[in-house]
Amino acid sequence: MDTHDEAPSISELSAHAWNIRRHVVAMAAGKGEGYVGQGLQAADILAVLFGAVLNWSLDRSDDSASDRFILSTGHYSIALWAAHAEFGLLDLDELRTYGADGSDIAMSTERGRQPHVELTGGSLGHGLGVAAGLAYGRRLRGDRGRVFNYMSDGELQEGSTWESAMFAADASLSNVINIVDVNRTQADGPLVLEVEPVAEKFRAFGWWAEDVNGNDVGQLVEKFAECAEVDRPKALVCQTQIGFGVPLIVDRERSHFVRVDPNEWAAVSAQLEEE
Amino acid sequence: MIGDTAVRQGAGAQMGQQERTGPFGRALLRVAERRSEVIGVTADLAKYTDMLAFRQRYPDRFVDVGMAEQNLVSVASGLEMAGYVPVATTFAVFLTRRAFDFAAMQIALHDANVTLVGGLAGICSTFGPTHQGIDDLAHMRALPGMTVIDPCDPIEMEQATEFAIDHEGPVYLRQLLGKEPAVLDPSTHRFELGKATLLRDGSDAAIVASSIMVKHAIDAAEALAEDGLSVAVLKVSTLKPFDAEAVHALAARVGWIVTAENHSVIGGLFSAVSEAIVSVGMPIHVRPVGLNDEFGSFGTLDHNKRVHGLTTDRIVDTARDLARVSAS
Repeated sequence: MDTHDEAPSISELSAHAWNIRRHVVAMAAGKGEGYVGQGLQAADILAVLFGAVLNWSLDRSDDSASDRFILSTGHYSIALWAAHAEFGLLDLDELRTYGADGSDIAMSTERGRQPHVELTGGSLGHGLGVAAGLAYGRRLRGDRGRVFNYMSDGELQEGSTWESAMFAADASLSNVINIVDVNRTQADGPLVLEVEPVAEKFRAFGWWAEDVNGNDVGQLVEKFAECAEVDRPKALVCQTQIGFGVPLIVDRERSHFVRVDPNEWAAVSAQLEEE
Repeated sequence: MIGDTAVRQGAGAQMGQQERTGPFGRALLRVAERRSEVIGVTADLAKYTDMLAFRQRYPDRFVDVGMAEQNLVSVASGLEMAGYVPVATTFAVFLTRRAFDFAAMQIALHDANVTLVGGLAGICSTFGPTHQGIDDLAHMRALPGMTVIDPCDPIEMEQATEFAIDHEGPVYLRQLLGKEPAVLDPSTHRFELGKATLLRDGSDAAIVASSIMVKHAIDAAEALAEDGLSVAVLKVSTLKPFDAEAVHALAARVGWIVTAENHSVIGGLFSAVSEAIVSVGMPIHVRPVGLNDEFGSFGTLDHNKRVHGLTTDRIVDTARDLARVSAS
């Protein structure tokens, strides 16, 4: 792999994950609100992806071997910006403009406007189909690189997700890896429409699918390695905890879009450092 | 297989299945031959959107996503990311109603180089409201950055198809069945984006027409000549970018304008013409012929034309009415 000739250790990846959390909290504190819970929960997955799994280089050259990453759940952009900064795609200083008027480091993603963003992801249920089309095209032109899609569990409620799942299996798109982040929370609170059993659903569609603890770096590394060998589209169903790493955020009832009082951010940061 | 009587007269023909490759299919083949990156995508409608010849000639560059229009547009967007030039077809109703958010966010927003093709334009389907694209132009015109083309006959359909695929950026191309009567002379007509064509000059009034209504506009102008009225006919094939200058030039020298379109009178040609005229403050009456805030009906094209007033007679009557208003 271009960026990591030697596989990074679990502790190195964990360190990246905790750094991503620090960036997320700093961004959310600056803005005073935001998808801080999702940013915290997604940190481990993104650390493993960018640190160990994705074959990509800092110049993001679009060669045959490089992997492509699509963030279907644009609401998690806070985590994407944090991961980009942690792995050298963005300056840390730029994160300070998160959500500010005129900033490209926005509360969601927009392809063609923001650096290194492959999909406009704020309207949900779009990513898997675009990933499937990209994967189909890449296979047709003989690329070895894969296409990763990162979606939320709420997007499983969109019918388009299943149109794309059916297509990817029918077309045997083994170069598609779909990361489903199951935090069991959506805009109206705890899942208002049950999505489980997620892995079984994907298997029924002809996918390889397995559950994994999405906040366990070691397990994630193991499962990503395992699914690389599979000759079918793959779904990694990552069970995550919203706000992971900061009990104050975990406990907050309406954590889909957290509002934290200005005087609480110090406590949030302190809890993060205790973990 | 596709030349039999059942196809010519049955549901196949009603849904637009060609007896042989039509103008769209021919143009697609021509572009595909010179550009290896052109890829065809459809949602279980290859047969009914004139893609069979392409599928046969280029099976590796043909993708059928099944009855899944949201995925159709997403996959087309993904194929474009992989360096291909996708041509995505389905019926206009499904493309613009079911997959609209995808066309907006995954095609228009970042100017994806994708041609979206909507079949069964306006009332050109016997299959009733579910299959008649009477509001597709309104939807697509409203999308920032989207080029919108509505050809008037098979000659223009073929030329516009080749243009649309070669054009850089998102295009919505409204598809005719290919068996409409020819209006244009193929030896002289050349499709030009954003340019309206004056098919007939006149000094009293003008008919601005699009799609299958261009033929009726010409017939109406001839009928009105017998009344002693000199009526111009301006053909509009590009709804966006719209040739406002051509409309202004016409409006400056005629007394009134009738628009005639194979679409709802809301959001299509009547709207584009009215917007162009109002925005420069020209004091001139404009009246529409088209679907008057109503859905189409089951039945033949002739039946639909009669029931919904998409006829030569309706244009003539509207024009005579305007002549009286203008005289009084």
